[in-house]
Amino acid sequence: MTQQTEEKVNLMTGAQIFLECLKDAGVDEIFGYPGGKIISIYEALYNCDFIKHYLVRHEQAAVHAAEGYARVTGKPGVALVTSGPGACNAITGIANAYYDGYPIVVFTGQVDLNQIGNDAFQEADIVGITRSCCKHNYLVSDLRDLPRIVKEAFHIATTGKPGPVVVDLPGNILTEKGKYVPVEKIKLPGYNPTYNGHPRQISKALQMLCNAERPVILSGGGVVMSGAHKEITELANTLGIPVTNTLMGMGTYPADGEMSLGMLGMHGNYWANHAVSNCDVLFAVGTRFNDRITGCLKRFAKDAQIIHVDIDPCSISKNVSVDIPIVGDAKNVLDAMLKEFYEKEYEINSDVKHAWFAQIQEWKQKRALPAVSSEKLNPLTVIKEIYNCTKDLDPIIATEVGQHQMWTAQLYKFNHPRQLVTSGGLGTMGFGFPAAMGASIGLKDKVVINIAGDGSIQMNIQELATCVQYNIPVIVAIINNGYLGMVRQWQEKLFNKHYSETKITSPDYVKVAEAYGALGFRVEKAEDIAPTMKKAIEAKRPVFIDFIVEPFEMVYPWVLAGKPLHNVLLSNDGIEC
Amino acid sequence: MNHTISVLVRNEAGVLSRISSLFSGRGYNIESLTVAPTIENEFSRVTIVTSGDDKVIEQIMKQLNRLIPTIKVMALQPQDSIERELILCKVCAKDETRSEILRIAEIFNAKIIDVTHKTYTLQAIGDNRQIRSLIELLRQLGIRELVRSGKVAISRENSFNHIKSL
Ligand SMILES: Cc1ncc(C[n+]2csc(CCOP(=O)(O)OP(=O)(O)O)c2C)c(N)n1
Repeated sequence: MTQQTEEKVNLMTGAQIFLECLKDAGVDEIFGYPGGKIISIYEALYNCDFIKHYLVRHEQAAVHAAEGYARVTGKPGVALVTSGPGACNAITGIANAYYDGYPIVVFTGQVDLNQIGNDAFQEADIVGITRSCCKHNYLVSDLRDLPRIVKEAFHIATTGKPGPVVVDLPGNILTEKGKYVPVEKIKLPGYNPTYNGHPRQISKALQMLCNAERPVILSGGGVVMSGAHKEITELANTLGIPVTNTLMGMGTYPADGEMSLGMLGMHGNYWANHAVSNCDVLFAVGTRFNDRITGCLKRFAKDAQIIHVDIDPCSISKNVSVDIPIVGDAKNVLDAMLKEFYEKEYEINSDVKHAWFAQIQEWKQKRALPAVSSEKLNPLTVIKEIYNCTKDLDPIIATEVGQHQMWTAQLYKFNHPRQLVTSGGLGTMGFGFPAAMGASIGLKDKVVINIAGDGSIQMNIQELATCVQYNIPVIVAIINNGYLGMVRQWQEKLFNKHYSETKITSPDYVKVAEAYGALGFRVEKAEDIAPTMKKAIEAKRPVFIDFIVEPFEMVYPWVLAGKPLHNVLLSNDGIEC
Repeated sequence: MNHTISVLVRNEAGVLSRISSLFSGRGYNIESLTVAPTIENEFSRVTIVTSGDDKVIEQIMKQLNRLIPTIKVMALQPQDSIERELILCKVCAKDETRSEILRIAEIFNAKIIDVTHKTYTLQAIGDNRQIRSLIELLRQLGIRELVRSGKVAISRENSFNHIKSL
């Protein structure tokens, strides 16, 4: 062969080059849905032995699955969707990953370059549409740029504050032929996340924490991201500081640990809310002070000096004014603090701290559990029972959005980070099931349970087909209260029980499960919970369990929106503490 | 109070809309926005005039910095920087006002760049205050049409001279 023809033989299609780029990025599993503009990628996948593709039933689910995968494995998740409607269906997933800061890369098809802007069939300006809900996005306009862009996309998604990156792939780029030239070095001169906190700020923070009389640590999702749960646990235990966490920070300090206050915020623990309202130093790590956490901003930790560690400078002093800002990776910063603490022998005043603990204990005693008397199965009982019969398995728990989500956060004791997969920032109904599916693919040996509402499960119920096709053994525990419970709760309290359009019907979930080829169970009595859970776990198949529960149960404690954190409602009688 | 922010960005497709949609998406005010390549074609300089309290300005700077194509963000302090705006202004020219227009143009160092039998078109360059008073004076003579460039600004000392090393 002449040299020229040999070179021609070595040429690959853009689609093949694309798969090589994924391989180089270490990707071996992707979630996707085909279509005209990415059909050439599917052609390349046909004989591809290094990437396993999971065909979802809706593009939104592909992206949520990628996020679930990323959440539990710590690796970036990948979704592949076609142009126009496929890409538009992916938006909610992209936004969800953006607000919770998880690394995913979403590849969208696009019409050919020469058709862009002509309102071609299945065209959508996806770079424009996603601009405000992703960390960065690209339109590939030259096949030669593809390897660089894919490499940058994974780099940007996984470094600094992680987030979704969108890469738009015009059809003609994927069919063109070219050579695959791997990119060695990333050149992004403007993108330099700060990983190490400023040493003087770190000393100041440590000094402030040691001198504090009523300190509290607030641990957020950033602690999960940087893998700083051991460090935060050690710091809390060594310095004797109680720890509360955000919904995203669940499990960063073990729920049954000595210093644990549990969750903070709108449905946080009464004593955690009071501790933060009364603390003199708040050490916040990896949280962006969402309004669900702070309540009324003006009165949030009003007498406290605030130390805030975050890798994203934008989070610092955005909502809450901070006294000691530390920009850096949580693990590095906490490491540096611990090191300095041991080296320089800081003193801590244990006497005053004892008094602070005593005070917190007192608040703990005061919180009366709402008494629940009802004929029907109580949703809180269901979640407690699910916890009791799965805790030893150390499962992954996903949730949808609503009352069941808050009850899960309150009652399931998370002892490890990455154990709870839930939509915090965007609060996306329909997230939990596909995310659980992605999590189950990411960690194949784990028991994965999606605790769902009857409203939420109907938003992405079609993924049961995906679970059945690939035998992904997700257990969906439907807390079936016949209402869009969380909205109903607001209507009950704030709108005179006008349950406007919140009563929702459901199909027969047992039959649905069976129709899809999965297992279905119905539970109406407390004593059936444990045996059914046991059967579901042992089945190692996709399972729906329909828990028929009391419709009118409320989530307490409850801080009404805009109220200060310590204005906690504890029961229907409106007992405010 | 107005603030002038100078942003050095990579000169790539869509970078301007990233900046403008950052402002609209987060509800920040844009008074004016100008953009053009720098001496190195690889980079563009964006000058944004915006308003807000210190907290808002700090967030704007941080958010601009967070954009991936952003190389550097700088707040330009009026005392340490030079700011200019360009206007083209078409004013009605009647026999009795022609000399007045010429006089004003002279005072403001503006040029007459086009003349028709009904109009004079002036080109003027100046800082915001000068431009404002020029417009005020011309307004009384009858402005037909006016275009403003938006502000460009440059700092006197701390320049972006690190570009070279990139
Ligand atoms: C996609 C989407 N649409 C609407 C909402 C608003 N919303 C929040 S909670 C909720 C009710 C959820 O009902 P269900 O899934 O049955 O859970 P429950 O509260 O009853 O446990 C609704 C409608 C949302 N969070 N996400």
